[in-house]
Amino acid sequence: MIADLQHLEKNALAELEKADSEDSILAVRTKYLGRKGLLTGLLRNISSVPAEERRSFGKRCNEVKELLEKNIEEALLRRTEDQKAGMLAGQQIDVTLPGRGIRAGSVHPVVQIRREICDIFAAFGFSVVEGPEVELDYYNFEALNIPKDHPARDMQDTFYIEENMVLRTHTSPVQVRIMEKVKPPVRILSPGRVYRPDSDVSHTPMFHQVEGLLVDRGVSFGDLKGILTAFLRKIFGEDTILRFRPSFFPFTEPSAEVDIRCVMCGGKGCRVCGQSGWLEILGSGMVDPAVFQNVGYDSERYTGFAFGMGLERMAMLKYGISDIRLLFENDIRFLKQF
Amino acid sequence: MLVSLKWLKDYIDLETAPEELADRLTMAGLEVDEIQTLAPKFSGVVVAKILSVRPHPNADKLSLCDVTDGAQTYPIVCGAKNIHAGDIVALAKTGAVIPGGYTIKSTTLRGEKSEGMLCSEAELEIGEDASGILQLPAELALGRPLEEALDLGDTVLDVGITPNRSDCLSMIGMAREVAALTGKKMKRPEASLVESAEDVSLLSSVTIEDADLCPRYTARLIQNVTIGDSPVWMKTRLEAAGLRAINNVVDVTNFVMLEMGQPLHAFDFRFLEEGRIVVRKSKPGEEFISLDEKSRILPENTLLICDGKKPVAIAGIMGGLNSEVKEDTRTIFLESAYFNPSSIRRSSRRLGMPTDAAFRFERGIDPEGVIRALDRAAQLIAELSGGVVCKNYLDEYPAKIKAVENIPLRMDRIRRVIGADVPAREAVRILKSIGMTLKREGRGVYRVTPPSFRVDIEREIDLIEEIARLYGYDRVPSTLPSVSVTELDAIPRLALEERIRRLLTGSGFSEIITYSFTSPDSVEALGLPPEDERRRFVVIKNPLTEDQSVMRTTLAYGLLETLKKNLHNASFNLKLFEMGRTFFKRQDGELPEERNILAALISGKASDDLWGSKISVDFYDLKGSLENIFQDLKLDSCRCRVKMPEPFLHPGQSCGVYLGDVQIGFLGKAHPDVLKKMDIKSDAYLFEINLDLLGNQVDRRIRYREISKFPAVSRDVAFVLPESMESEKMLEIVLSQQEDLLENVSIFDIYAGKGLEERTKSLGLRFSYRALDRTLTDAEINSIHNRIVQNTVQKTGAKIRA
Repeated sequence: MIADLQHLEKNALAELEKADSEDSILAVRTKYLGRKGLLTGLLRNISSVPAEERRSFGKRCNEVKELLEKNIEEALLRRTEDQKAGMLAGQQIDVTLPGRGIRAGSVHPVVQIRREICDIFAAFGFSVVEGPEVELDYYNFEALNIPKDHPARDMQDTFYIEENMVLRTHTSPVQVRIMEKVKPPVRILSPGRVYRPDSDVSHTPMFHQVEGLLVDRGVSFGDLKGILTAFLRKIFGEDTILRFRPSFFPFTEPSAEVDIRCVMCGGKGCRVCGQSGWLEILGSGMVDPAVFQNVGYDSERYTGFAFGMGLERMAMLKYGISDIRLLFENDIRFLKQF
Repeated sequence: MLVSLKWLKDYIDLETAPEELADRLTMAGLEVDEIQTLAPKFSGVVVAKILSVRPHPNADKLSLCDVTDGAQTYPIVCGAKNIHAGDIVALAKTGAVIPGGYTIKSTTLRGEKSEGMLCSEAELEIGEDASGILQLPAELALGRPLEEALDLGDTVLDVGITPNRSDCLSMIGMAREVAALTGKKMKRPEASLVESAEDVSLLSSVTIEDADLCPRYTARLIQNVTIGDSPVWMKTRLEAAGLRAINNVVDVTNFVMLEMGQPLHAFDFRFLEEGRIVVRKSKPGEEFISLDEKSRILPENTLLICDGKKPVAIAGIMGGLNSEVKEDTRTIFLESAYFNPSSIRRSSRRLGMPTDAAFRFERGIDPEGVIRALDRAAQLIAELSGGVVCKNYLDEYPAKIKAVENIPLRMDRIRRVIGADVPAREAVRILKSIGMTLKREGRGVYRVTPPSFRVDIEREIDLIEEIARLYGYDRVPSTLPSVSVTELDAIPRLALEERIRRLLTGSGFSEIITYSFTSPDSVEALGLPPEDERRRFVVIKNPLTEDQSVMRTTLAYGLLETLKKNLHNASFNLKLFEMGRTFFKRQDGELPEERNILAALISGKASDDLWGSKISVDFYDLKGSLENIFQDLKLDSCRCRVKMPEPFLHPGQSCGVYLGDVQIGFLGKAHPDVLKKMDIKSDAYLFEINLDLLGNQVDRRIRYREISKFPAVSRDVAFVLPESMESEKMLEIVLSQQEDLLENVSIFDIYAGKGLEERTKSLGLRFSYRALDRTLTDAEINSIHNRIVQNTVQKTGAKIRA
């Protein structure tokens, strides 16, 4: 009987080895472990085993049974795993095909720069203000200490609507309008479209400016330097080298142009900086007492500074755009890069 | 202004390298735009002497010369007529290079050896005279390179002079500034005017009729001049400054203007009728031919210089052709005057004559420099043209030119404005270095009088600026102002725009910026009727081009133009938007109405992927984008209604966009006629929304509503309706019944065609029922549902589709 059992074990394992489908595995189970199975049959005949061997025979039978059950279980599991793997393999797709659905559009580069500038100055406590783009001569010029028939008008060619109405040439008139309405302290930023009749590689008849104004007690040229230095380092990097150069604007005195070391050549001199190694980036200055007088501020009590910059120029420097006109051609191949 | 360093050195001992000088000027507010190097265009040309001249044996027109450079004698064949033994000339030796890149070689001309070439001014490009060999001054050392001997070659700084610094529009002005920056002493040109016995007042006179416009007019008479060329030193200086040499009188007037900043004019005295000058304003319709040979009708009130009968110059701008200095001029009437700056500027602008003289007069010249320049020019004319200067000068000075004196300057104010502790002693030193005179008035207070040429200095702040710029901006410490709270509120529309910008770019739109001006034809292309408000253009008086001559009244046209340009570049799938203003004319003298507008356009395929969706965009794609915005802004009351169709939109696929009862914009498909007119070969859908109207309504105060924990049950019903009935109407009718348990009703299907009567459609509605506090029973739902359906059928005449 023991020999039969060993024989049975060997055959069963061999058959299980050969079984290549779920059905054939189940058939092996039925053949050996089923109610009428061979192992079951052997156990049923245990009475024919001599009494002294019966105990060890029974134990042995159970061992074989457990082994077979375990192996069958494993074979079945292996079988389903293989099937699943085969099924998943059949569902493979080309993961390198482009994804479906809406592609993000783009924010215009000039708007991106404007956002960046406004965010930086918002952190310095400046509020954004607005004013008309078609402006009275008074606000665009005269209130800013640029009388009629004054050579300072040459600094800004002007589009005229009527004798006393212009397309604003800068956003400074907004500052005058705000100062007429609000008492100091004032911290404002006026972004917007401005217009000057000029058209070439570096000029368009419409462009954008951001101008700022800070009026308070005890504001000095040193404060102007401090704020603008902090601002330019945030925009162009902490290691930006800059210089404040005396200049002239009718509405500020003293006035300063702010230059940064050329971002293209690092100061060696190149086409972009006209070989000077410096890039003019901002106009600024202490608000002229004449402007304060025009809006009814007491220039003995209050001082302030103003500054202004062209956004197209900033965008061109920051993004390496060589022709300003690209910014208004709205070619989608250009816009999508931002 | 072009500043020749060689010329500058006439007035100051300059040892600073050009680059460093440029840097110091720039940092003092006189920005140097460019450093130009002017080098002679020849080499190997030396000073030489002609020893002998004899005719060429084989050629009538050539001569044979022996020429020495002091070391060696060369045989030279020469074709010029103006050569004599003993002449000092410019010799281009064998191996020399002359302009044009020619190298001089030893050669044989008609059998005679020639080892070099004698040169004319023109051949060396140091002048225009090509009539003969350049004759050099006898004192030049033989053998010296010509560029050294004549001191050719120069460095020229191109300095940008800001409008306030008229005092720097001259070489002496620049030298003054350089002296202040370097501490070097100035050298003034030597005055050595010799006058004849004849008194000018016996020969001529000046009458000023308008003292406001001409506060001072002075003149001298120079007799017996001989008009000819100016010497080389004069010509090279004028040319370095960008002017062309004309003759020895006109050149002097230009030279002195450049040297001292005082514009001058020389008249030929014989053409001044009655031998006198009258300064007056022009009469209506008066005509005048100026030196540029152009005839102009003068605007009224243009200041004129006249003789006894007629105008002879436009004051401060340009002389007249009728009194021009000519080759045979013998007597010069030399004018040096002070004109009212604003008046000169007005006339120069109106006439379109931005001359060098006008440029200086309108910025303000030195009132005290008028006589100095007059004498200097008279002296130079006499020297260069052999003339004699009459005794005395004419000087009509009816109106004293205002001069500012004793400006108070407080030392503590300097610190308050600049933010640096400039020591009083340093401030005083700086002001003195630029010619100011100071009187101490008390503790920390001075009275400052600027020099007459600093017409820009009138107030304390002007003095502080001078101190700041010469003290050095880089020495002012950077500080940060302390923060005060300001009372300005943020503009709500700007936050709204940012929200919309993020939403639109997130759903595939790219932002564009188009010009705010457009073509007046835009409204024709859009087919707007005559009474449409968008024809109320704000017109630009001086546009650059016709298609940028009016301010836009809609953003739609710019979007369509942008579409067209992109289609041209083979970009077909486009989703674009712009935010900007439109402008509507009001009364004359009143500022126009400016509206803040959002506009968007889509065209092409819904997706850029070729392998993905191949469906073209339609009305509902763009409507979805718009509704997405409304949803984000929580504007439930936004509706599309087929009212007021726009003429440039497809009449069957367009609508007005309403917020409550207020129209805030439009949405629709571009009309095929408009596309055809604009030559756009693709369908397009666009909307325009007034952000001001939208901004007024946005109220994102959000109240949370409880959500139910119990299941929803839905029932579908298909209604058959007339084709013309709008789906929104159906939904409104359902919702107007105000059943609390109806959680939602939505459209799940639209069908027309087979199985339905003609001109009808089937609208499938899904009703969803739910209660907050319990699971609804079938009986409950049926009762509500049947009520709603029956009511709807009753109100609309719809049939239930089986």
